[in-house]
Amino acid sequence: MLNFTLRRLVFTVPTLLLISFIIFLILDLAPNDPTGNLPLTIPPEVRANIRASLGLDDPMYWRYILWCQQFFVNEPLNLLNQWFGWCVGDCENRLRVTSWATRSPVVDLIAERMPQTLWVVGMSYVVGILIALPIGVISAYKQYSWFDQAGTFVAMIGFSVPTFFTGVLLIVIFSVWMPNDSVFWLPSIYDTTHKVTDWGSFVFQMRQMVMPVMVLALYNAAQISRFMRASMLDNLSQDYVRTARAKGLKEKTVLLVHVLRNSMIPVVTVIALGIPQVFGGAIITEQIFKVNGLGQLLIIGIEGADIPLVQTLTFLFAVLIVMFNLVADVLYGLLDPRIRYD
Amino acid sequence: MTLKYLVAGTLGAAMLSSTAFGAAHEAQGRDGNVNIIFWQAASTMNPYLSGGTKDINAASMALEPLAHYDENGAMVATLVDEIPTVANGGVSEDLTSITWTLSEGITWSDGTPLTSADVVFTANYCMDETGGCQQLAKFGGVTSVEAIDDLTVKITFDGPKPFPYGPFVGSTTPILQAAQFANCMGTAAPTCTDQNFGPIGTGPFTVTEFRANDAISLAANPNYRVAGKPAFATVNFKGGGDAAAAGRSALETGEFDYAWNLQLAPEVLADMESAGIGTVLTSYGPLVERLMINMTNPSADLGDERSTVAHPHPFMSDMAVRQALSMAIDRPLLVEIGYGKAGKVTCNVLPSPAIYNSPNNAGCEVQDIAGANALLDAAGWEMGSDGVRAKDGVRLSILYQTSTNAVRQDFQALIKQWWAEIGIETELKNISGGVFFGGDQSSPDTFQKLFADLEMYANNFDGTDPEAYMRNWSCAEIPSPENAWLGGNMPRHCNADYDALVAEMGGTADINERARLAIAMNDMLMQSYTIIPLVHRGNVSGIANTLEGVKLNAWDAELWNIADWSRAE
Repeated sequence: MLNFTLRRLVFTVPTLLLISFIIFLILDLAPNDPTGNLPLTIPPEVRANIRASLGLDDPMYWRYILWCQQFFVNEPLNLLNQWFGWCVGDCENRLRVTSWATRSPVVDLIAERMPQTLWVVGMSYVVGILIALPIGVISAYKQYSWFDQAGTFVAMIGFSVPTFFTGVLLIVIFSVWMPNDSVFWLPSIYDTTHKVTDWGSFVFQMRQMVMPVMVLALYNAAQISRFMRASMLDNLSQDYVRTARAKGLKEKTVLLVHVLRNSMIPVVTVIALGIPQVFGGAIITEQIFKVNGLGQLLIIGIEGADIPLVQTLTFLFAVLIVMFNLVADVLYGLLDPRIRYD
Repeated sequence: MTLKYLVAGTLGAAMLSSTAFGAAHEAQGRDGNVNIIFWQAASTMNPYLSGGTKDINAASMALEPLAHYDENGAMVATLVDEIPTVANGGVSEDLTSITWTLSEGITWSDGTPLTSADVVFTANYCMDETGGCQQLAKFGGVTSVEAIDDLTVKITFDGPKPFPYGPFVGSTTPILQAAQFANCMGTAAPTCTDQNFGPIGTGPFTVTEFRANDAISLAANPNYRVAGKPAFATVNFKGGGDAAAAGRSALETGEFDYAWNLQLAPEVLADMESAGIGTVLTSYGPLVERLMINMTNPSADLGDERSTVAHPHPFMSDMAVRQALSMAIDRPLLVEIGYGKAGKVTCNVLPSPAIYNSPNNAGCEVQDIAGANALLDAAGWEMGSDGVRAKDGVRLSILYQTSTNAVRQDFQALIKQWWAEIGIETELKNISGGVFFGGDQSSPDTFQKLFADLEMYANNFDGTDPEAYMRNWSCAEIPSPENAWLGGNMPRHCNADYDALVAEMGGTADINERARLAIAMNDMLMQSYTIIPLVHRGNVSGIANTLEGVKLNAWDAELWNIADWSRAE
């Protein structure tokens, strides 16, 4: 297993380098211009000047090498400096990956947005899983019962109704129709500057998270509950279940110990593969509730042709996806003794 | 003691007494927090590094220019006692220099005094060519900015400058603190993240927390020069989402007090306003949605000479065709469908400030299909069996391009239908805004290249002076491969008489004379139908009913007078 993991880790290096180059190519060849969104009152000479100051006049391969150097060398060195105070080389004037729109280091922007993305999107994932697993188990055990039918119905809605609809629907109900002084009134705009210091501010934080978390949780739960149900159904008809029952085990033990454990193997993989999406933020839901996390950062970067920002973000997502694929594979081996990679 | 000191003394005494009496009620920060939402989030607080309206507005709360434009487009002194003019000696007789004198006793938010050195520094900061300053055009023609003494700054131009109020007037060019930005010159400009996110200013608020592309928290500046202002202690400047959500938060849920730029369908806006929590305000600057006729031949067969003056357009060079295109349009309907409260019909490409609005082109409000048909008949364009007019084998078939935008596509569809009624065939094309307005040389779809028969977009100018704007349609401004397709003369309009007017305006300082020239230029463009104006567009913002003192301003940052805002009782 260790061998397998190490081998896979070594393979990720060329894979990720190739990915970073492809991302760079796509962004560079796309017909977009960082000065394109500026007011028309800014004359073309000034625009040319701005482009030159962003380094856009340099040849493409040079810009790619520069980005690689900034991202793979300078940024890690800078992290060492920030976290441990170690200084390697010229700490003061090290060139970092800088966003064109904000003229600030991209990694700092990402770090600033990580908390709200993890709070909202991460929480929705956890809530989604907590809802999905019991629904999946009961739906499968009581197949075609009214509970199963209702579960299927809810899953179908969660899966097929887009978040930009459910999100706005919730806002209209809980922010617009609900009187402002009601306990059920919820803010439609997430306050990212809010700090949790006491009980009152914690309650406020919960209130502003309710709507985005529920919208996303419904979507996540729909997906995972279907996997859970299918996997449970596969196992329930297996011979070992009959054997367990024939031995006189209690139904609860059969279901929750024997069947659930075996059914979890594919579901855990699905859950692990979904984690990078949490970091990727929920672009649409973040936009609707103005959570302004990583998803919104990516969208703003794309709209403004902020190439260093988009490049760095998409590359980080690629790293996460590659890594969690590896984690899922390793988990698979750990959970199922029949699977051996060596 | 001179009269000036006497006046200053009396004024000072009056101010002292008023603050003494009003202190109990008029304390700074008495109205708590104000929530502002800009659905385009601010990226920086340094307007020299971002030309975006959102960033200029965010910065205008902390940074101030020497003078602002008020809601009527008139200049008002901000950091100075009076606006320099030729009459008061502030502008030299030969129009080549302007001398500003800072008011005494103004301090930065950190308590240090504002001096002329800060103004000089700001000019050098922007004029440093390696810095990529986005407001460089404001400093066009400036040869030197020098400090005469601690409070006096002299700006010298390379020739007569009849309108010398480019630098430091309006929120696009505020004064930066020299001490804070000293290490941020030239190529170092983008590396100064802390400075760009939290500039020390003379304005009513200072930044307490800046979250790029997200939210800004600001607090009242304790050293603000006007006692008792701002009335609000803190500002929460939130960004993100879309115009509809922003409008909802100010007009329906009441979470926000001010929502910027509500470009929404007229009926959506009216519906939101009917909730009774807030109102929609409109202000009109010089923004005009217009059709730009291509006077040159865009045919792809011409290769590199496509859309250049070497080849006149096969049918657009006939004025009857252009006039018919304009006559067939029902402008009031376009306004009603596309803009509602946020637009009005205009027959001029230069509709404001009011003194520049030509009275000579009225009548375009009325659609005249029959007239347009008669005009084309008279010009010899005969209706073919397919419903398209032709003359000498040239069919009136038009490629009509614009940027991707719901309202623009509605306009395209309507106009296509009207033109079909006068026997003109139209093919529609829309291009993503980033490409259309972007200057990518390799793209054939930029609005400068204009590889189409006509195009539609909106444009305006900064501040109140139209000289540079009107110069756009002189022969020298025609985009072509020789000048890398730069220049603002999209119709490729070239007329010696027009150029003469441009030159004359460049040497005229008297405001009424300048107005006469600008109107003459506007009329020349309108009456030759090279530019067909459609809608005079306004800025629309939603304001909560509890917010007082907002004066929506199309000539400066919308938040220009945030120091005067207060909460209604």
